[in-house]
Amino acid sequence: MTSTEARKQQYRVIGTRPIRHDGLDKVTGRARYGADIHLPGLLTGKVLRSPHAHARIRGIDASKALALPGVEAVVTAADFPIHEDMEIDLVETLGNLRVLAENIMASEKVLYRGHAVAAVAATSAAIAEEALGLIEVDYEVLPPVLNGPDAMDANSPRLHENMTTHSVAKRFERGTDTGVGSNIASHLQFKLGDPEAGFAEADVIVEREYTTSTVHQGYIEPHTATALWDFDGQVTLWSSSQGAFGMRAQTAAVLGIPESRVKAIPMEIGGGFGGKLNTYLDPVAAALSRETGKPVKITMDRAEVFIATGPTSATRSRIKLGAKKDGTLTAAWSELVYEAGAFPGSPVGAGASTGFAPYKIENILVDGYDVVVNKPKVAAYRAPGSPQAAFAIESAMSELAEKLGMDPIELRLKNVIRPGDRLPTGVPLLPTGCEEMEKAMRSHPHYNAPIEGPNRGRGVAVGFWGNAGNSSSATVSVTADGGVTLVTGSVDIGGTRASLAMQAAEVLGITAEDVRPSVGDTASVGWTGQTGGSRTTFSTGLAVVAAAEKVRDEMVKRAAILLETEPEKIEFDAGTFKNGAGKSLSFQEVAAAQVRTGGSITASASSNPRQVGPAFAGHIVDVEVDPETGKVEILRYTAFQDVGTAAHPSYVEGQIQGAVAQGVGWALNEEYVWSEDGRMENASFLDYRMPTTLDLPMIETVLIEEPNPAHPFGIRGVGEVCIVPPMAAIANAVANATGRRLTHLPMSPGRILEALERPATNGTGG
Amino acid sequence: MLPQTDYVKASSVAHALDMLHQYGTGAAILAGGTDLIVDMRERRREPTMLVDISSVEELAEIDVGTGNIRIGAGVTVAGLAGSAIVQHQLPLVTEVTRHFADYLTRNRATIGGNLANASPGADLVPPLLALNASVVLATAQGERTVDLNDFLVGPRRTLLLWNELVRAIHIPTPVPRGQAYEKLGLRTGGAIAVVSCAVSMDQAGGECRRVRIGLGAVAPRAFRSSEAEQIMEGHMFSSDIAARAAEAAANSSQPISDVRGSAEYRHAMVRALVERALHAAYERSSEPQE
Ligand SMILES: Cc1cc2nc3c(=O)[nH]c(=O)nc-3n(C[C@H](O)[C@H](O)[C@H](O)COP(=O)(O)OP(=O)(O)OC[C@H]3O[C@@H](n4cnc5c(N)ncnc54)[C@H](O)[C@@H]3O)c2cc1C
Repeated sequence: MTSTEARKQQYRVIGTRPIRHDGLDKVTGRARYGADIHLPGLLTGKVLRSPHAHARIRGIDASKALALPGVEAVVTAADFPIHEDMEIDLVETLGNLRVLAENIMASEKVLYRGHAVAAVAATSAAIAEEALGLIEVDYEVLPPVLNGPDAMDANSPRLHENMTTHSVAKRFERGTDTGVGSNIASHLQFKLGDPEAGFAEADVIVEREYTTSTVHQGYIEPHTATALWDFDGQVTLWSSSQGAFGMRAQTAAVLGIPESRVKAIPMEIGGGFGGKLNTYLDPVAAALSRETGKPVKITMDRAEVFIATGPTSATRSRIKLGAKKDGTLTAAWSELVYEAGAFPGSPVGAGASTGFAPYKIENILVDGYDVVVNKPKVAAYRAPGSPQAAFAIESAMSELAEKLGMDPIELRLKNVIRPGDRLPTGVPLLPTGCEEMEKAMRSHPHYNAPIEGPNRGRGVAVGFWGNAGNSSSATVSVTADGGVTLVTGSVDIGGTRASLAMQAAEVLGITAEDVRPSVGDTASVGWTGQTGGSRTTFSTGLAVVAAAEKVRDEMVKRAAILLETEPEKIEFDAGTFKNGAGKSLSFQEVAAAQVRTGGSITASASSNPRQVGPAFAGHIVDVEVDPETGKVEILRYTAFQDVGTAAHPSYVEGQIQGAVAQGVGWALNEEYVWSEDGRMENASFLDYRMPTTLDLPMIETVLIEEPNPAHPFGIRGVGEVCIVPPMAAIANAVANATGRRLTHLPMSPGRILEALERPATNGTGG
Repeated sequence: MLPQTDYVKASSVAHALDMLHQYGTGAAILAGGTDLIVDMRERRREPTMLVDISSVEELAEIDVGTGNIRIGAGVTVAGLAGSAIVQHQLPLVTEVTRHFADYLTRNRATIGGNLANASPGADLVPPLLALNASVVLATAQGERTVDLNDFLVGPRRTLLLWNELVRAIHIPTPVPRGQAYEKLGLRTGGAIAVVSCAVSMDQAGGECRRVRIGLGAVAPRAFRSSEAEQIMEGHMFSSDIAARAAEAAANSSQPISDVRGSAEYRHAMVRALVERALHAAYERSSEPQE
């Protein structure tokens, strides 16, 4: 028996695969999502969006729209308070309130095509739409700037006249103001050791430039928000988001009202991947409700989701790696240019801190640039910032292996980071199994299977993600029939009702089915950070475990009363309370007696983890490239990951498979196609091509369960790191198959064919 | 947002034609709606009356006549896929259904809608051109039969009159045994053709007979490449001749650049796909069965 198996045998519920509590509702269509809200007198809201990528708003005349019968209100930026720069908490990225507000409703300038300029509320969707056409906006059209490197040019059009570059030496710091006006919002730099000396020591150097395109998370459910501004000034929101508390905070802040006046009710969510951490609609619906006195619902269509929410950054990365003949890395440099979209705040910091994290390198220089362009403001997307950097760095690593004549996994193992080694940010790595994972990859049958047939190749890549902690709250209450209700503040995106109920069940010695988990609104449970950063099963789990332990201790006291003994004498085992003298009571019996033994049994707790527990992933992929059409077929895919203790293995596997599916799309197909004036030309799922089931093979998963010391059951976040390796792994496989390095994403058929016309750079290792 | 419109569910072909006549140019036939509803949502079309033919049973039949196979205009792509007649005699069409959109769309999309919509990329058109199909058009006054090749006038333009509907598609029999289809989409599921190509042929002792090559998504309308057909017709099959025909097919196309591919890419793909389809069709071909 391996140590992992031994550890898991100590659990009764953790590590099993119960059916999720919300499963039946979801597969039968009973589950209620944001758009399912219907209220008496409900008005339909719609948003007028800029037709220009860059323009000054000279004036807005809504009088014709307001005169249309059925139109009840029109709001513009003038109906929202003016905000100063101020940071508010959005879990994975810090949000600037002024930016959030201006992105929700443009005030002086529109900064991308799709930027909201006004909104109407009307008695029907048809009237609301007609009214949009009657709002007259006087624009002074300005030249747009549509990619990061162009925007960095001092002569390029400026989005924000007053913006100056901040220089940052640590992630999440505002940095020092350089006073230089530019589209570069910030320049950050991490340095370890002496990079120049490191490169001088190198026998082999790889240096290349890589680019990636704008991509969207592609969640199936469009954004929607319903708001009711009551006569007593209370605002109720029914929102589709990754966290009700985040929606409450953002809406209150944008509207300039106290948080305590807002109650946010979380609806089910049809995917977010980071894209539903920020609000776009809730404050607008609330403002329209304030004006009309009626509830207002706004729901985006798919095109709006593409053009007016937050995709992730297009990037340009320059990478330089130096190594000794034996493969030891001597120095590494990266220069990362990340498009932030219309407002500062790209995930370049995360790209900078994660890209080299799988390696122990003494000498590192990382330069990151956060650059504004006339595109939608980017939002988080699964391990935000890390995949783009990893595409570049992991491609370069495999090219380096090729140059050294080394096996690509061997090269990675040679330089593997071990617990205690310093990450690029200077922080030592907590216990995690990067090395174990790479060894598992090396010995896996997939890696050792021959590659048969022409035009086929294999690639590997690894990736790192730090994961988030943050605070969550949970309340556990015992019901008279021996069940337990569990309320947390975490919106359930990936099966967390189940993974949290299992943790309560494990502590209380009952089954996962005995626990009824639900997601509370902001008035019925303590503050809880949003579902993001792979934090929910881990951090909300900590709150659940703590609350369940309090309940267990109270149950022990009650059992002692019933068994007429001291609590210390009670032995609690698998849901049974024993008095040590042959008498015992079941969980149900103690529960049934709760009122007469001292009142109802309920406990709340909140988490505040000091340590989190980062994660590594490594992927192996085989591809076949059609030399005539340039199409890439994925033949075989195996994804390895250090997942900590897999609380519910099926949902862990599902996270990994889903991330790989998104990664395959990012690698091969997905991109915003921009016209010269900044219009997205493929704003539908027909032409924004995410892979379908027919485009994917079975994605095999290998779970490496290195327990996370920061959680009593060893649980760590698993949902994000799995999207870090696919792009590089596939690029490395394409290079192995064709002898050509593709350095731009997506590797669409046309681009592959172009590459095939170039001379091959020999057998380029995967 | 859909524009407001009236709606009637037709109970028979006669009823539908009557409605068309009554409502004139403001009326539009609604079959599966997979093109029309999208157009309405985008405000490319704003009919004032929708005549829904999706419940008209006489349009949903497939049968074998004398000298032809007759497919009702209301047959869905899923219906084509499940038809034994189609599977046995028109494997080319069965193959198309496997690459057509996704399961949901296949359950609604009709063959009549695919032809009447006359998109340059409509998937059923190149195979039906290669099978020498004709189209039966009906008005309240009577019917006429026109060659599919003549029926298609240009991008989204056909010979259909305002008061006319497509009743059926006729495919002359015996059909050539050598049938092959190639569709290049940028992904496998739910993909719109970047290039599509259908070939049908017979052979006599290795000599190619009745070669027909239909191409989609590479010109203002789907078309047959007579240049390529002539290179093959009456000649012994060889890789060389297939390559030359493929080159001619590429040169007879007039692709444009759009979000799905550049003109150069499409041109190159016509060559690659026609060559593959010619080889596959020849392998499946046999002596004509006259
Ligand atoms: C998601 C999606 C994917 C798609 N993928 C593909 C694909 O892979 N390949 C492809 O070829 N197409 C595809 N399409 C387009 C569409 O599905 C097809 O063109 C389909 O065959 C249209 O048929 P319909 O019955 O839905 O037509 P409708 O939308 O009902 O009608 C289309 C047009 O034809 C007219 N019309 C319909 N029937 C008749 C008739 N009997 N007589 C006269 N006029 C008529 C209508 O008035 C309308 O103008 C896709 C569409 C969608 C939405």
